[in-house]
Amino acid sequence: MKLTVNGKTRNVKAHPMKRLLDVLREDCGLTGTKEGCGEGECGACTVLIDGVAVDACIVPVAHAEGCRVITIEGATATRTGKALQNAFVVHGGAQCGICTPGMILAATPLKTGASLAEIKVALAGNLCRCTGYPAIFRSVESALKTPRRKSSRARHL
Amino acid sequence: MPAIFEKMSLVRPRSLTAALSLLTSDPTLTPIAGCTDVYVGLHFGTMPHKRFIDLWRLKELHGISVDRDVLRIGATTTYAEIIASKLVQKRVPMLAAAAGEVGGAQIQNRGTLGGNVANASPAGDTLPVLAAAGARVVLRSHAGTRTVPFDAFYTGYRTSVRKPEELITAIEIPRIDGRQWWRKVGTRRAQAISKIMMAAVRGKDVRIAIGSVAPTVVLAKQAAAVLSRGGAIAEARAALLAEIAPIDDIRSTGAYRAAVAGNLLEEFWTVTK
Repeated sequence: MKLTVNGKTRNVKAHPMKRLLDVLREDCGLTGTKEGCGEGECGACTVLIDGVAVDACIVPVAHAEGCRVITIEGATATRTGKALQNAFVVHGGAQCGICTPGMILAATPLKTGASLAEIKVALAGNLCRCTGYPAIFRSVESALKTPRRKSSRARHL
Repeated sequence: MPAIFEKMSLVRPRSLTAALSLLTSDPTLTPIAGCTDVYVGLHFGTMPHKRFIDLWRLKELHGISVDRDVLRIGATTTYAEIIASKLVQKRVPMLAAAAGEVGGAQIQNRGTLGGNVANASPAGDTLPVLAAAGARVVLRSHAGTRTVPFDAFYTGYRTSVRKPEELITAIEIPRIDGRQWWRKVGTRRAQAISKIMMAAVRGKDVRIAIGSVAPTVVLAKQAAAVLSRGGAIAEARAALLAEIAPIDDIRSTGAYRAAVAGNLLEEFWTVTK
């Protein structure tokens, strides 16, 4: 089965019903994707398939065949991913860290300038067991802030 | 997850015709699509089936359209697609609202309407909506197509009139006259499985459907009849209680569900005045 993981084509020999989560961790050696609940409740294993957030613990690898998969290892290659990573560091968005890869990937499809309400909807499927939600929301909000235009005065300096 | 793949198999037909042929020759195959229920069963070892047929990428089962004033939603259309659909928002806003309360984004991106109907859980969030909407289930086998009214689809706890060689190909929803209303009550606002939910339509006729209060979704015809003829809300509440049979389980108690069912009825009637 061929799939593209973080831009790299992988030829995976696995049972088609093997969980995408296990293929990523065991067959691809990408252990940044974490298993939390294993039943699609907590979002810790969130990855993107063709840009869409899914729980990798409830997706058969067959459904990723021919698709572009992005994990936390590849998320920071995008501008949004990089901004999210930096913001989580600056604003203390990570406590124990288990939910962080999933939080960052769930936030990645959001548009620049997303409101707090939109951020909460996007992250509704991600649980933080340290209950650090305010810091997580602050991190995402800050990462997605509309880039401030340089003021005209600054341009003339 | 316990990896017992030796006995597990997945066939992946390229077309609906191929899928129906495979099912005719082997009706013991279990159809799967978004897999949001499948892997919960596999994870906990409660999934009795091991041999699956994959419908996820079959184009014939996917998409939302309107034909002769009937909204048609393909079986493998996801909750996310339902939420984003202008057609659904305009014609069946209560369905868009219910889809928006199924799990989080990751579940909405994978879970399908056909899967919710086929899985036949009493707690299926879209089922009261489809019952209140007077929807129809389109079933297709190699032998042909038939359409079943939604309130005749389920025969008991997790059982339906669908034959093993049949696939749910689409859900049809006729035009709905009247105000639509939806409310889900769970442990918390996001990502919780329902304790109880109600969908209702207030038009010339009143239609009320409730989930998680009986082995299958309940279309509360008596309570609706009371309200349709201008009866008192107390009388409608009493009629409703006689139509449901809520039980104690891991998510709630029968007494709580009975009380909330009456409260929801009252809220529906007040809010849609």
